[in-house]
Amino acid sequence: MASRIVSFELCGREVEVLVKPMTTLQFVLRNQLGYTGTKEGCRQGGCGSCTVLVDGEPMMSCLLPVEDVAGRRVTTIEGITPVEGLAPIQQAFVDTNAFQCGYCTPGMVMLTTALLDHNPAPSREEAVEALGGNVCRCTGYAPIIDAIEAASASATGDATRDAGVMPDRSGER
Amino acid sequence: MAKLRGTGIAAVNYPTGMNLGGDPSQALIHATTSGSFVVTLSSSDLGQGLRTVIGQIAAETLGVAADEIVIDTADTDTGPHCMGTFASRATHRVGNAVKAAALETRGALLEVAALELGAPVDRLELDGFGNVLVAGEPARCARVADVASKAQFQYGRTISGRGAYMKPKSPVDPETGAMDPDSTEAHACTVAEVEVDTETGQVAVLSIRSAYEVGRQVNPALVRGQIVGGAFMGMSHALYETTEPYYPNPDHKPKDFSEYVMPGPAELPEIDCVVLEVPSSTGPYGVKGVGEMTANSPIPAIVNAIYHACGVRFDDLPVTAEKILRGLESKRSAEGAGPGVTGSGSNRPDAASNAGSDASGTADAAGGR
Repeated sequence: MASRIVSFELCGREVEVLVKPMTTLQFVLRNQLGYTGTKEGCRQGGCGSCTVLVDGEPMMSCLLPVEDVAGRRVTTIEGITPVEGLAPIQQAFVDTNAFQCGYCTPGMVMLTTALLDHNPAPSREEAVEALGGNVCRCTGYAPIIDAIEAASASATGDATRDAGVMPDRSGER
Repeated sequence: MAKLRGTGIAAVNYPTGMNLGGDPSQALIHATTSGSFVVTLSSSDLGQGLRTVIGQIAAETLGVAADEIVIDTADTDTGPHCMGTFASRATHRVGNAVKAAALETRGALLEVAALELGAPVDRLELDGFGNVLVAGEPARCARVADVASKAQFQYGRTISGRGAYMKPKSPVDPETGAMDPDSTEAHACTVAEVEVDTETGQVAVLSIRSAYEVGRQVNPALVRGQIVGGAFMGMSHALYETTEPYYPNPDHKPKDFSEYVMPGPAELPEIDCVVLEVPSSTGPYGVKGVGEMTANSPIPAIVNAIYHACGVRFDDLPVTAEKILRGLESKRSAEGAGPGVTGSGSNRPDAASNAGSDASGTADAAGGR
């Protein structure tokens, strides 16, 4: 089949790409547009490291033909990173040491961005539920859940959920 | 059918580094014209924070701020030799090499500062904030950045240093087998709590609590990150991960990444640790190392806890739900066969022989969470 031109909004600007049918959004982002912040983990929808936002919803870009985002709004980790410094969610990941190798981090940050957009103060259970499709092999997830809580606290001004402080959960079980 | 709780304990002594043909690492440091210091290594940071802790060691030894250190691990073809980042060796081995290189660099820096300040080297000190001072004369000082710049544009000097550390190969005594394979050992002990569902065979790990003795912690937050992540990996090894799971039909085994079974955030137990620091005599500032060991003791602690909960001993990982159900089945049939039948050895002995056992956590105390 012939290639065609697909246009969509990427991080606030219109882009046009020439693609063969079924080319994934992930491939286009990384290899045609140079947006390498979106990682390529498994190419099977099994790890979530390629998570981006499409019209504000988290999606695994490795499973998404780029034709499907024609005319839609795509946001990657580059799109939420300020020119200077870090977004509050990124800062929360730094403050809680929520990464080691960092390969899952862009996907985790995009997932957290979508979660907090929909639910500014998620419970710990809701945070765990949201993370279900994204794999982290280094941290054991605990600091990532802490990062979500810290980001939520910094956005909602909840001083009891301070960034960087491991909450005392000793009485939970 | 019941949910049975149990507690298990296990300990690990973990040697730092290895003993093949000697275990060397080397480092080079040089000052730039702006007074930052480039540490050139071939050692990789896997995400455990090697660059951070090496930067701390270099800054501490040089007497400058940590943000003046640039760690360059760009290329193993062109960098000084390193055996690699494995066997929990890098902070110890590379740290020693960097410390030696930083000492030589510091000496070269002070030689130029001595020219600049007109004072002997042995009267100079670094304040850790980017200044060289003449001891006892606070008015006589120079910025490290200026000294570094003048070294290159005025004095024609280099400010650089070389460092090497090698653990020599230790031969084995053919008579006794005695050898000295490592230069230091870290230690840990883990207590795990589990709940075994005898209907489904599922094991839930409720908590993994550990005590670690890892020598001096260069960066306690990174040490904790290793321990928490390692405990989760240990749980994953103990209960989930294998490329060759048992299925009646081998065609059903996982074919790719998305079918590979591993725990997710919903399986996260309570993980906590305390860290004791007993400095080693061989590591930089007393470092031993923490890395691989963090996934070691959680595994036998969990398997011992399963034994404590349901009386079945497993010696093959991972302990899947299927193995639990088969183990319980053979235990029941051995018990049903009456006295005198020892069965498969999976009968539960008296609690006294179960390390870490606590009567309150035995099968009889079963119940929901």
